[in-house]
Amino acid sequence: MNSISVRALLVRGMLAGLIAGALAFAVAYFLGESQVDAAIALEEAASHDHGAGGGEELVSRTMQATGGLATALLVFGVAAGGIAALVVCYALGRIGSFGPRATAALIAGAALLTVYIVPFLKYPANPPAVGNPDTIGKRTTLFFLMVALSLLLAVAAVIIGRRLAPGLGNWNATIVAATGFVLAIGLAYAFLPSFDEVGKDFPGSLLWKFRLSTLAVQSTFWAGFGLVFGYLADRLLLSSDGADTPRVATPVG
Amino acid sequence: MAQSAAPATGAPAITPISAKAIAPWAVFVGILALVLLYFVGAEQGATALISGEGVHEWVHDGRHLLGFPCH
Repeated sequence: MNSISVRALLVRGMLAGLIAGALAFAVAYFLGESQVDAAIALEEAASHDHGAGGGEELVSRTMQATGGLATALLVFGVAAGGIAALVVCYALGRIGSFGPRATAALIAGAALLTVYIVPFLKYPANPPAVGNPDTIGKRTTLFFLMVALSLLLAVAAVIIGRRLAPGLGNWNATIVAATGFVLAIGLAYAFLPSFDEVGKDFPGSLLWKFRLSTLAVQSTFWAGFGLVFGYLADRLLLSSDGADTPRVATPVG
Repeated sequence: MAQSAAPATGAPAITPISAKAIAPWAVFVGILALVLLYFVGAEQGATALISGEGVHEWVHDGRHLLGFPCH
């Protein structure tokens, strides 16, 4: 296989990311927006010194909930889809005897776990009105640090698992590598600082529903990406199996 | 007798794409994608390349619902 198929897979990954981003937008709009609105209503009811100017809105709530939300999710989708497609390119044929669809599904599942669920368990998403603006720098740094740490540990676990597989067998090697990953993540959870910035008056049920919504958005995105990209990659790679070169990628506008 | 890394099954075996073929795409696309993710996830929150609040306000809901620290 040559770099043409890297190109073709990358194009399909970004397309799958765009489609998955649109699915995630639907979930965010119908499931998440009511929680964001409720939290903003509480924020305004409290009307403590929020922001310097107050009053004037740069972007209306309607635009934030439609155009702004769509921009964020579609851009996230294309970017994350492109990266994940390249990870699949590398993983194809290297992580065992998995075909394109299974590889795409495994990578999408691993991405959901490592870049969202693992950091989320330590630094969960906060709705508007929760979180001290003074600690945003520290919270952002630690969130991205947790994402990076989780990714590195997952890669290390896969490498160690592959090394142990010939001696222990696939099943036991996977258990050992996964246990190592969980222990290392547990240590990171124990030693990295936590934040408890939920106001006493903020309703627990709203916080729970908001956090579940963010989980639903991310799960929808990665499930959608894994399935759509798997389908497209399968068609590309298996249809061109006997041919000299893969079919030319369809251009996306 | 060394066991091959990719055991044969019913499915046709997939030849791995060489790392050399992926590297230029990975570097270029990786950097572009990280810049995009930065603008969606963090610009005008903890750090700001562009002054003002426009980017933050525009992607505000998406940032919250994707789980990024927003404010």
